[in-house]
Amino acid sequence: MNDNLKNYWKKNLRYLAILLAILFTVSYGFGILLADQLNGIMLGGFPLGFWFAQQGAIYVFVALIFVYVYLMNKLDKEFDVDEK
Amino acid sequence: MDVQSWTFLIVGVTFALYIGIAIWSRAGSTKDFYVAGGGVSPLMNGMATAADWMSAASFISMAGIISFMGYDGAVYLMGWTGGYVLLALLLAPYLRKFGKFTVPDFIGDRYYSNTARTVAVICAIIVSFTYVAGQMRGVGVVFSRFLEVPINTGVYIGMGLVFFYAVLGGMKGITYTQVAQYCVLIFAFMVPAFFISMQMTGNIIPQFGFGGSLEDGTPLLDKLNQLHIELGFAEYTKGSKSMIDVAAITMALMVGTAGLPHVIVRFFTVPKVRDARISACYALAFIAILYTTAPAIASFARTNLINTVSEQPYADMPEWFSNWEETGLLTFDDKNGDGNIQYVADAEANELTIDRDIIVLANPEIANLPEWVIALVAAGGLAAALSTAAGLLLVISTAVSHDLIKKQLRPDITDKQELAWARSASLVAVAIAGWFGINPPDFVAATVALAFGLAAASFFPAIILGIFDTRMNQKGAISGMVVGILFMMFYILKFKFGFLGGGTADDWWFGISPEGFGTVAMLVNVAVSLVVSRATEAPPKEIQELTESIRFPRGAGKAVEH
Repeated sequence: MNDNLKNYWKKNLRYLAILLAILFTVSYGFGILLADQLNGIMLGGFPLGFWFAQQGAIYVFVALIFVYVYLMNKLDKEFDVDEK
Repeated sequence: MDVQSWTFLIVGVTFALYIGIAIWSRAGSTKDFYVAGGGVSPLMNGMATAADWMSAASFISMAGIISFMGYDGAVYLMGWTGGYVLLALLLAPYLRKFGKFTVPDFIGDRYYSNTARTVAVICAIIVSFTYVAGQMRGVGVVFSRFLEVPINTGVYIGMGLVFFYAVLGGMKGITYTQVAQYCVLIFAFMVPAFFISMQMTGNIIPQFGFGGSLEDGTPLLDKLNQLHIELGFAEYTKGSKSMIDVAAITMALMVGTAGLPHVIVRFFTVPKVRDARISACYALAFIAILYTTAPAIASFARTNLINTVSEQPYADMPEWFSNWEETGLLTFDDKNGDGNIQYVADAEANELTIDRDIIVLANPEIANLPEWVIALVAAGGLAAALSTAAGLLLVISTAVSHDLIKKQLRPDITDKQELAWARSASLVAVAIAGWFGINPPDFVAATVALAFGLAAASFFPAIILGIFDTRMNQKGAISGMVVGILFMMFYILKFKFGFLGGGTADDWWFGISPEGFGTVAMLVNVAVSLVVSRATEAPPKEIQELTESIRFPRGAGKAVEH
C-alpha cells in the first residue's frame, strides 16, 4: 500500500469509529443503559428512554448510513480511489 | 364482497404478478442465477433487500411479540435494524469490491482453504434451513385462516410458486419479484396501521399516534401502563428482562443480521462499490418504515385487546373472537365460572391464552376495518414469507452448486452444467423446505436463536477479520469459526433442549439467555482467531495484497467467477 492508500484507510477507520460510537451511544446508551433515567423525561406522550429504544434509535441508524455514504463518496474522490 | 372473495382476488392478483415477473426475468447464465447479472440498480436492490430480510416473522409475529413484551421488544427493533449499519459500514462495500458470488466464496478465497469454504457452506445451509422452515409454515397458516384451505395445501401452493420463480429465474427472478413483494407487503402493513392510528388517537401517522392521546385525553402509553399495572403485568414502557440480557440479545441480533448470507449476497448484485453503500441505506430506510410502525401497532393492539376482553362477558365477544378460537390460537377457560373473561398476569387466575401471531392478523378485524383491508393483510403476509423463502433457497442452492460442486468436487463442469446443478439443488431445497413446513419440528422457535447465534458466531467475525486484519490467516479463522459454532451449539443444546445437564434461567452464564449468547460466542471466536493467527505463520503475500486491495473501491468489476 502506498502512502495515499494508507492515509485513505486511516481516515476511513476514523469515520467508522465515530459513526459506530454514535450507534452505540444511541442504542445502548440512550435505549438501554440510561433508559430508566431518560424515562423521567417526556417527549410528547413518550417516555424518552422508551422512545429511543423503539423509535429514535432506528431513525438515527438510517441517518448514520446516509452520512457514511456521503463521507465515503467524498473521501474516494479526495484520494482518487473512486470508481471511474 | 365478503372477506374470502376479497382474499382470493387480492392474493390471486399478486401471485399472477409474481409469475409474470418470473417469466420475464429468466436466468440464462450462472451469473444471472447467482447475482442477477450484477446489474441491479441500488434502489431496486434496496427494496429487494428489504423484502428479502422482512420475513413472516417481521410481518406477522413481530408486532405481536412486542405487544406482549412492551419495552423489551426493543431488542428486535434495534437488533434487526442496527445490523444494517454494521453491514453497510463494515461488510457490504468490501465484499462487493472482492467481487465473488457467495459468502463461502469469500471465506474460501480469503483464507486460501477449502476446509474454511466447507465450514462456511455447512453454516450457510444450517442457518438458511432453520429460517426457511418458519417461512413455509407462515404461508400455510395464512392460507388456512384466510382462504380456509388445509395448512398443507397452503404449503404446497407456496412451494409451487417459489419453485417456479426461484428455479427459473435464480437471483434475477428473485430480485424482481422481491421488489414487487416489498411494495405489496409495505402497503398491506401500513394501510391498517393508518386506519387504527386514526381511530384511536386521531393522528393518521402511527409513529406520532403512538405518542398521542386517546379520546378521553389520556396519553396512550400512560393508559397502557395503567392497564398493565391493574392486571399485574410489568409496566409497558419498562419491561421485565435484565439489562445485561437486553444488551446481549440486541448485540447478537445486530451481529447475526450482518452475518446472514442471504442478506450479504444481495450486495453482490449491484454494479459498483458505491452502489453497495447506498443500497444498504435504501434497504434500511425501507425496513425502518415497517420497523417504526410495528411498535405503534403493538401498543394500539394491546390497548384495544385489553379494553375489549378484560372483565367482559364471554357471551358478548365479537365475531373475530370465535373465528380465532376455531383456529386454536385463542383459548378461553372460565376458571372461576363467572362468565366473564379475566385476562391477568397471574397464570393461576388468567383465563385467556392468546397466540402472539394473532395480533397483526386479527388487528383489522378487532378494529372493524373494511373487508378488503383484511384481505390485504393476508396478501402482505404471503409476500413477506415467500420473498424471504426464495432468498434463503438461493443461498442453499448456490452453496451446493458453486461452493461444493464447482469449487471442490467437479471443477471442470461448464457454465451450463453448473446452472443445471444450481437448478436441481434449488429443487431439492424447495422440497425439503416444504417438508419442514408440513411437518414443523417443534423446535423451530428454539432454532431461530440458533440461526442468529450461528451467523454471529461464525460468519461475522471471519468476514470482519478477513477485511480489517491483514495478518489474519487460515488457521486463525478456521479455529475461531469452529470454536464459535461449537460453543454456541453447546449453549443452545444445554439451555434450550435440556441436553448436557440442562439448566434453567437461573443457571444462565452472566444472566445471558440463549438468544443473547451469540454475542459471547462471537467474542470467543474473535479472541481465538487473534491468538491462533498470531501464533502461526502470516498469510501468503498475495492474500495480504488481496486484503489491501478490497479496501478501496477503484477497479471493482461486476461480480465475476475469477
